[in-house]
Amino acid sequence: MKALLKLTKMELQLQFREPIALFFTLAFPVMLMILFGSIYGNEAEAFLDGYGQVDLSVPGYIGMIIGTIGLLNIPVTLANYRDQGILRRLRATPLQSGSVLWAQVITQVVMSAAGIALLYIAGVSFYNLRIPTGIGSIIPAILLSAFSFFSVGFVLAGVMPTARAAQAVGMAILYPMLFLSGAAMPRFIMPEIVQKIGLALPLTHVVIFVEDLWLKSSLNMVSLFVVIGMLVAGLILSRFTFRWE
Amino acid sequence: MQKVIDVQNIRKEYGKTIAVDDISFSVQKGEIFGIVGPNGAGKTTTVESIIGLRKPDEGHVAVLGLNPQSDSKTLGNRIGIQLQHASIPSRMKVWEALDLYASFYERTVPWEPLLENWGLGDKRNAQFDDLSGGQKQRLFIALALINDPEIVFLDELTTGLDPAARHATWDLVSDIREQGKTVVLITHYMDEIEALANRVAIIDQGKVIALDTPANLIANLNAETQINFTAPRSFNAEELASVAGVSAVNQEGNHIRVTGNGPLLAKVAVTLAEHDISPEDLQSHRASLEDVFLAMTGRNIRE
Repeated sequence: MKALLKLTKMELQLQFREPIALFFTLAFPVMLMILFGSIYGNEAEAFLDGYGQVDLSVPGYIGMIIGTIGLLNIPVTLANYRDQGILRRLRATPLQSGSVLWAQVITQVVMSAAGIALLYIAGVSFYNLRIPTGIGSIIPAILLSAFSFFSVGFVLAGVMPTARAAQAVGMAILYPMLFLSGAAMPRFIMPEIVQKIGLALPLTHVVIFVEDLWLKSSLNMVSLFVVIGMLVAGLILSRFTFRWE
Repeated sequence: MQKVIDVQNIRKEYGKTIAVDDISFSVQKGEIFGIVGPNGAGKTTTVESIIGLRKPDEGHVAVLGLNPQSDSKTLGNRIGIQLQHASIPSRMKVWEALDLYASFYERTVPWEPLLENWGLGDKRNAQFDDLSGGQKQRLFIALALINDPEIVFLDELTTGLDPAARHATWDLVSDIREQGKTVVLITHYMDEIEALANRVAIIDQGKVIALDTPANLIANLNAETQINFTAPRSFNAEELASVAGVSAVNQEGNHIRVTGNGPLLAKVAVTLAEHDISPEDLQSHRASLEDVFLAMTGRNIRE
C-alpha cells in the first residue's frame, strides 16, 4: 500500500513535468470554453431548455478530457515505459505488478478530476455556469466513462509496437472523434447525418451520457450500455494484450 | 563454502530457438561470479531464470534456498538487480528514484549515504536524462543496493561506458564484495571478468563451455607469452634465444617476436639493454580469457 501511494504520487509529479500532455488535459478545454464563451456567452436560451451555450459545452469538454487521457496519455505513457525498460525494472522488485497499473489508473483519474475542476471553476467564475441538479449521479457517471476509456488506452498500449506508434494511432482515433462526438463543439449545430455518424463513436456516448445527467437529470440507457460494454471489452482485451517488455 | 545460488540443468526455448540448453552451476557466498559469453549466448535468459523473471522449461533453480517462482516476493527482498535494457522515467530525479524504490522493499538502507558513496551526492536533484552514462550506471547500482541485498546481479554493467568510467565502475563492484555481498556479474567483456571475477562460467550457444577461476582457465591453455618489438637489422636476434624461458625467436626484417614461458619481459628487456637496443614498441602479450574463448569455440567473442 505504501509502495502504491508512493508510486502514484511519483507518477502525478512526472505528469506535471510533461508540459504538452498537461496542456491538452488541463489548459486546452478551459481555453475552448473561454473562446466560445466570449463569442456566444451563457445566456439562458429557450431552445436549450433554459441553459446557455457554455452550460451545454461542459459535458463535451469533460468527454474531451477523458478521451485525450484514455486514448493518448495512457497508451503513450505505458508504451514508453515498456520501450524504455521502465516496466522491466519495476518488475525486478518485490512490487506487485498490479500496483504499477493501478498507480497509472489513479494518476489519470486525478488528472481528469483536475481538468474537470479547472473547467468548473472557470465556468462558474466567468460564465455563471448553472450548477447541475444531479451532481450525485454525474460523478459516478464520469468515473465510469473514464474507466471505460482508460481500459481502451491499456489495450492500445499493449497492441502498439512502440510509443511513437501509440501516439500516432491514438491521435488518429481521437481527433476525428473529438469533432464528431460533440466533445469539441455541440452536436446540435451539426447536420443530422453527421449526428447519426457520431452515434457510432464511443466518445459520443460519453458526451450524451454525461450531458443527459447534467442538463436533464436523465439516464440515457443506450449510452450507459455502450460505456459499460467498452469497459468490459477493454478489461478483457487488455488482459491478453498487455506486455511488460 | 555456502552455496547461495544453485542452478541445475535449466533449459529454455523460445519457439524453435534454444536460448538455454542444460545449464548448471552454483555460486558461493561472498564471491564475484562471472557469467560471460557473446551477445545472444543465453546469459540474460539464465539470469532472468535465477531472479524469477522467467520460468525455465526444465531444470531447477534455488537462490538462498528459495524457489524464484513460488517465493518471488521473499527472494525479491533479499536480492538486488541491475538489468540490461531496464531504466527509470527520464524526468525522475535521482533522489526520487531511490526514495521510490526504497518503498518497494521490506528492509532498506538510508538512501542519502548510498548517494554519497556512489558519487551522486551533488546529482541528487538532477533528472535521470541529465546524467552521464557513468552516473546512470552508478544510480542503477545504487538502486540495486537500496534493500541491502545478499546477492547483487549486475547485467552488462559497463556497456556503453568510456574506459575511464568502466575502470571506475570495476572498483565499485569490488567495494560491493568487500561489504560481504555475493556479486553475479554478467558481461560480454572478458577483461571485466579477468579483473573482477573469482570464478567464471563461460556460456556459448546456451551451454556452459567452461567453469573455473579465470587464472586456471588461462593456465590450462598452456599458452606462451609473446613479446614483440622492432630492432635495427644489425641486431642479431639469436642473442635472445639463450634468455631463460625463451622457447623461440623469430626475426622478420626489423620485426622480432620472442615466445616463451615465465616472467619473460623483464629478462628480454635486460638483454636488449645490454646490446644498447631500446625499442619504443616493446610489447608483451599474455594469454587472456579471450584466448580461452577462441581456443574453445574457434571464434572470437566479439564476432
